[in-house]
Amino acid sequence: MSIDRRNFIKTGGAAVAGTMVLPPLLKSCQNIQISPDVKSYLDHFEVTPETLQKVISEAMSKGGDYADLFFEHTISNSLGLEDGKVNSAHSNIDYGVGIRVLKGDQTGFAYTESTNLQDMLKVAKTAANIANDPVTFKESDIFEKSIPNYYKVSQKWENSTIEEKIPFVQKVNDRLFELDEKVSKARVFQRDETSHIMFYSSEGLLTFDYRPMATLGVVCVMEKDGKIENDYSARSVRRGFEFMTDDVVEELAREAVKKTNFLFGARKPKAGELPVVLGAGGSGILLHEAMGHPFEADFNRKGESIFSDKMGKSIAKDFINIVEDGTMEYNRGALNIDDEGNDVKKVYLVKDGVLESYLHDRISAKHYGVEPTGNGRRQSFRYMPIPRMRITYMENGPHTTDDIISSVDYGVYVDNFTNGQVKIGAGDFTFFVKSGTLIENGKLTEPIKDINIIGNGPQALADITMAAGDYKTATGTWTCGKGGQSVPVGMGLPSVLVKKLTVGGTSA
Amino acid sequence: MTKDEKYSIAKWAMEHAVQNGAQQARVSIYNNNSSQIEVREEKIDKLQESNRSGMQINLYVDNKYSSISTNRITNKEELGKFIVEAIAGTKYLAEDEFRTLPDPKRYYKGDGPDLKSMDPKFTSVDPQQKVKDAFALEKEVFGSDERIISVSASYRDGMSGSVMVASNGFKGDTENTYYSLSASVSVTDGEARPSGNWYESSIFNDELIRKDIGKKALKRALDRLGQAKIGSGKMPMIVENKVAGNSLGPLISALNGYAIQQKQSFLIGMKGERIGSDLMTIVDDPFIVSGRGSRLFDSEGMATKKMPLVENGILKNYYIDTYYGKKLEMEATTGGTTNLVFKPGEKDLEGLLADIDRGILVTGFNGGNNNGATGDFSYGIEGFLVEKGKRIQPVAEMNITGSFKQLWKDLVAVGNDVDPSRSWRLPSLVFDNVDFSGI
Repeated sequence: MSIDRRNFIKTGGAAVAGTMVLPPLLKSCQNIQISPDVKSYLDHFEVTPETLQKVISEAMSKGGDYADLFFEHTISNSLGLEDGKVNSAHSNIDYGVGIRVLKGDQTGFAYTESTNLQDMLKVAKTAANIANDPVTFKESDIFEKSIPNYYKVSQKWENSTIEEKIPFVQKVNDRLFELDEKVSKARVFQRDETSHIMFYSSEGLLTFDYRPMATLGVVCVMEKDGKIENDYSARSVRRGFEFMTDDVVEELAREAVKKTNFLFGARKPKAGELPVVLGAGGSGILLHEAMGHPFEADFNRKGESIFSDKMGKSIAKDFINIVEDGTMEYNRGALNIDDEGNDVKKVYLVKDGVLESYLHDRISAKHYGVEPTGNGRRQSFRYMPIPRMRITYMENGPHTTDDIISSVDYGVYVDNFTNGQVKIGAGDFTFFVKSGTLIENGKLTEPIKDINIIGNGPQALADITMAAGDYKTATGTWTCGKGGQSVPVGMGLPSVLVKKLTVGGTSA
Repeated sequence: MTKDEKYSIAKWAMEHAVQNGAQQARVSIYNNNSSQIEVREEKIDKLQESNRSGMQINLYVDNKYSSISTNRITNKEELGKFIVEAIAGTKYLAEDEFRTLPDPKRYYKGDGPDLKSMDPKFTSVDPQQKVKDAFALEKEVFGSDERIISVSASYRDGMSGSVMVASNGFKGDTENTYYSLSASVSVTDGEARPSGNWYESSIFNDELIRKDIGKKALKRALDRLGQAKIGSGKMPMIVENKVAGNSLGPLISALNGYAIQQKQSFLIGMKGERIGSDLMTIVDDPFIVSGRGSRLFDSEGMATKKMPLVENGILKNYYIDTYYGKKLEMEATTGGTTNLVFKPGEKDLEGLLADIDRGILVTGFNGGNNNGATGDFSYGIEGFLVEKGKRIQPVAEMNITGSFKQLWKDLVAVGNDVDPSRSWRLPSLVFDNVDFSGI
């Protein structure tokens, strides 16, 4: 997809604002065949193929094996509703280029917030210092490749005004108060983000991506008999303004009220090791923490992961298939290309119970002598890419949800989470259960809330003894943090039974 | 960008906003320069340099409020258009009478002491010395023990400067530097590969502790060998000073004006009431020389003050900014913490442990969360089982669960081992009757 340049400049009155004034169109390509799509990105960043080659040559001048340039221009807008009115807005513009040089497993990295040639040459020189055998770099011919589009946009956020957005934000609040008289406070937020990405490497690849992101969320506070509880509902997808509909408003308001209501009367289970049934959808956090992170190849390359010696070995029951996928349309974790210019793929991490692949970036793929899996991601041009998840999920299993629940004498059913974490080497992972239900004698009984669950990755994976056929992709706004970098991710799971995990609670 | 250049752009932007329809505006501009060197296996693994700048503008237009930010601050034509568009967009929002700049009487007037937060030698530190420091750290432990799988050692430094101006008469600037060295060591333990970390940091290069960081990280990794969960039950919990912030953080969040006004705090209406045991005394002190959280004015420009937070368990103050002060009809204090100084006790960590018959020393947290509205919490922990004052075995894969309303009332002992290299100066703490879940 190309940038419609006129519209890009025209964005007057969008969210609060959201415009950059750019100089007239540059004559970007004299001798080299460049597609109109790529040309619009070159113009957008005010660079020419010749400039890119000069900067790469500087980056490679000390003998690096490889270098790349990651150009980014991101415009984000948000609206906030508090105490009944849409009464705050924020807009941000972020612009720059990250320059990376690799020498074996080693990385030199620097960035500049300007795409002026002199500024780029200066930081290229800094990044080049990771290597120290001065050479003359022979430029590669520039080539493009066709990239798919997993997030087609009908109405770009750049062309959407604050006037159009406000009514939806207001409606979430109004529906919340209409749905339940116990609602005493609501805070609604809407956020949209548009990233223009252009990528060029020392191998000559010149490509781009246009990445939209839409988020709508609400914090609901309810009061009953002097008790206060709150919960949160949100949706976040790679879509344009068409994401904002009355349906999503209604879905969010109903979900927030239902989740918050559930918390009154909830208690804590008995502390200790219990069978845990993870409900379909958001329970994918189990995979994300217990397996996804320890499968990231940088940890394994350094021998730091508890899964470092497990490749090709059986690590789970044979009905378990775990997938890492960047191609799920409109998902928050989807990408058209990863942040190293590699194709995103659907990759089986675990196939029929056997560990088949780690999550690779360019460095680790080279280290292991495998194809990159399209997992090289970065928070922005200010960061170097590292192996990261995109959308991590488990495929359907052979059991039914009823079979699973009725098999548990005393345990917990959990389906609403806020956060998780993992210690890569020890393998201990946790996730926090905002709400769930006690299982007694094979039946769902009383609500529970506010408990942490902790387990050990390889053990928990081996302890998944049942998986149902009710797969769901998680809704919500999962953001994953690693090494100081945050990236949007997705997840999914069918209902599964983990034979035992340590559940927070009260001791007898 | 020099301080004068920053002031010049900030004033221009503020005037541009006021001339184009904003009644009030506040503008801040910052820049951060930082570098990082990470070494592994006697090679530089990562070399990173960062020079970042940005601007934030708060706009008050016809009783309506918005903010904008950008890192494209040198092109006045573009910036001017961004401001004008934002003002136009703000007019579509609902009125909010509580949104204003602070009362100018509360502003910092430029008469504060030198808090010594900036190392004048920052720009003259030799880059080769940075690399040497990181390698020296790795060398302390690399190859020293056959159980070691991986050692990473990092040097980081940074300098940041900011200026802020507001249209009702504020002008102020800050300058900070930091240096840090850290090490992370992974060791083999059967299938598991536990890791240990240590770091030191300073404001002045000359004061950076460079020794024993690798050794301490290795020791913390080896200490984890054979870690296992133990039986569930109620026991005393000793929280090591390094991680004590985890047990205080949610309580501080509950003191925030936003949380109170939005009913997401378990401490609503508790000023003057007991929230902890007699041993809990905390002062917010912005004026500690070279304190990591020291500052002369807050994010709105209000002059900072020394503020008692909790005295012998009684809550004395909330963190209230101008906006939530008006909404709550309470006097604004300040929007956030500076240095939190916990009144220390008499004993060091070993002394605290000596009084424990059977309990768990927590040296690390692993995930978990709390319910801000009710104070309920549940966190993963690792540490040591302590019996008769001795560390008996490393424990992990366990949770603690309870309520912050009760936890601080069960504070039974406070250490003397306050860590001055952090803005929250907390000692090791002992809480009684904590629910641990394990086997």
